Amino acid sequence: MSDTALGWDRVRGLGSKLTTPLHPDDYLSLLNPLWSTRELRGRVEQVVPETDDAATLVIRPGWGWRYDHRPGQYVGIGVQVAGRFQWRSYSVSSPPRRRGRTISITVRAMPEGLLSAHLVRGLAPGTIVRLALPEGEFVLPDPPPARLLFLVAGSGVTPVMAMLRTLDRRGTMPDVVLHYSSPTPERMIFRDELAALARKHAGLTLHEQHTDRDGMLDLADLDRLCPDWRERDTWACGPGPMLDAVAAHYDAAGVEDRLRLERFSLALDGQGGEGGTITFRNSGKQVVADGATTVLEAGEQAGVGMPYGCRMGICHTCTLTLVSGTVRDLRNGTELGQPNEQVQTCVTAAAGDCTLDV
Amino acid sequence: MAISDVKEYTHLSEEDVEQLGRELDAIRADVEESRGAADAAYINRMITVQRSLAAAGRVTLLVGAHARRGSRPAWVAGTAMLGLAKILENMEIGHNVMHGQWDWMNDPEIHSSNWEWDTAQPAEQWKHSHNYVHHQFTNVLGHDNDIGYGVLRMAREQRWHPLNLGQPVYNALLAGLFQWGVALHDLDLDAIRKGRKDPQEMKRQLRQIVRKGRNQILKDYVVYPALSGRGWKGTLKANATANLSRNLWSYMIIFCGHFPDGAMHFTEEELEDETRAEWYLRQMLGSANFEGGPVLHIASGNLGYQIEHHLFPDLPSNRYAEISVRVRALCEKYDLPYTTGPLARQYGQALRTILKLSLPNSMTAPDTPEPPSPPVERGRRADAERPTRRTETGAWSRSRTAS
Repeated sequence: MSDTALGWDRVRGLGSKLTTPLHPDDYLSLLNPLWSTRELRGRVEQVVPETDDAATLVIRPGWGWRYDHRPGQYVGIGVQVAGRFQWRSYSVSSPPRRRGRTISITVRAMPEGLLSAHLVRGLAPGTIVRLALPEGEFVLPDPPPARLLFLVAGSGVTPVMAMLRTLDRRGTMPDVVLHYSSPTPERMIFRDELAALARKHAGLTLHEQHTDRDGMLDLADLDRLCPDWRERDTWACGPGPMLDAVAAHYDAAGVEDRLRLERFSLALDGQGGEGGTITFRNSGKQVVADGATTVLEAGEQAGVGMPYGCRMGICHTCTLTLVSGTVRDLRNGTELGQPNEQVQTCVTAAAGDCTLDV
Repeated sequence: MAISDVKEYTHLSEEDVEQLGRELDAIRADVEESRGAADAAYINRMITVQRSLAAAGRVTLLVGAHARRGSRPAWVAGTAMLGLAKILENMEIGHNVMHGQWDWMNDPEIHSSNWEWDTAQPAEQWKHSHNYVHHQFTNVLGHDNDIGYGVLRMAREQRWHPLNLGQPVYNALLAGLFQWGVALHDLDLDAIRKGRKDPQEMKRQLRQIVRKGRNQILKDYVVYPALSGRGWKGTLKANATANLSRNLWSYMIIFCGHFPDGAMHFTEEELEDETRAEWYLRQMLGSANFEGGPVLHIASGNLGYQIEHHLFPDLPSNRYAEISVRVRALCEKYDLPYTTGPLARQYGQALRTILKLSLPNSMTAPDTPEPPSPPVERGRRADAERPTRRTETGAWSRSRTAS
């Protein structure tokens, strides 16, 4: 941290004597919503349409953001819809820049995805969103391997785009084959930019597959499209079935070490969402609970010091952060499963495996 | 008296009570369903207004203090803004946020789990003593510590002690020092006196209170006066005045919640078999509203809708007005009392009770008719019909550290 930043921190520390129990940032953010380190925030600067159903959001992060994400990582974004913050994760499509001022994420409106549709069509520039720092291991190593293969479909192109832009910006484009599937040319996000990159870099080979016309990629064709695929470090990103097929293909060839996958979403495990293993993150304890046992009871059985109050859903003393997984509200059957959602443990039960921050 | 013995209640059959419970559940479901952008905008606006008032008040006072001969108008305006900011923060924002009324927004900055309010009591202790002890055991003698805050005798059922003769004085002290009374509330001085308090837990709570209270005192009585230069005395007085106004105001509003005539007390036998519907009924019969315009309701944290707040402590406060219309209709339908009146009358009744109960029962007449009718046999309930409850009240706070 630089001296200025340290000094600034000290000033705010002194300021908190004036604002206790609040933080100076709670007042500063009245002037500019980005002037707060209490939570990571960002302001939507631009919404750039990419295709009919996809758009790139250019976001200016507020205080506390670090621009040194690794190409391929994703960020959490929280948007208020009907008064409620909904969280999703999207790959960052902009390359990391130490002196950056904005980040970009590219979102496709999914047919049943209310939030993605809102992000693509309903978000006005100037909207304040919440952010979570970049995460994910689906990243480009530095320096990059000499030969790479990217297998992407649909909006799975976004993390790969961040990697390609990084290679382009650094002028270190190695031998890269990109196989990109999309129903039609019009639906291809970044089509023009990719074509331009392929023209610019002799090392970059681009295969487009328009699945409405040509059908899905048959992995047997890899031998023809990219004969040395077994020797290439491979990044695959796209819908679940495609990734399953790719994983099986690499397994069969005995080269699964070369493959890295990024899944957009975990499919429901088909248990009907009733019960599951509850993990308590801080204590490291685990307990298997059925769909009728509340998270609170399960935690107590496991010997975790669970906070509790009325045990009837009224006082909110028992509220904890659900780190991952899904729980069901036993009062009305609602499923709560957003990352870092606050849940009342006394009236919720596990719907599949889940992890709580306690 | 158990709830089944309450006169207003005995005309209801068990099925009536359960039906009433279902109708109240339906109100809750409607409001939960319709929470949305307008509600979120309301609380965000309220917080913006409150913080702007606080900042403007502090700045006005500082500017006034540095004016060459001290500025009287600046002092008055600054003090008024600061006092109002403190009242809004405690009543409409802090109290309600800590109930979880805004948790549905999934906004980490407006959430019951981490809200800290501008008063001496640490939020964690408040959530235990208020959300849990007071709201679950509302008006149950021996359980609800809010009946007189362990200082005042507020029910004829409580045994008289010669010390009660001092009630008018204790009451005045409690009103003026309300935030400090509240700060010590969860410590449970009674338990400490009787040696029943876990010493480690007591130390942990005291550390929390000292840390929070020290910051509060430093801010109002050291830091801001120090920044005021030669006008430090004016700033000190302004801050003391703002704190005192907040204390008197919150004390009065809170005493209007359960102590006017018509709000009933209950005994612990009642807790044994209580269903959710009966819990609702106890909340309705044990609480009292007061009437007023929108500004009064906001300044009192919408606790003029005390009945609605006790039925639905975690529904957004800006909805209590509309909920009250439906609750009132239900009271008429089931022929139940709905206690309300002008603020002055409601507080007057509470004050009269404080003064009156400083004397033994034999020297005073009750203001509400004695509960008469013989107990009605209501039959025991199976375990499955009962809400699961805990009677040991300290475990929650013990599970946490002092930080």
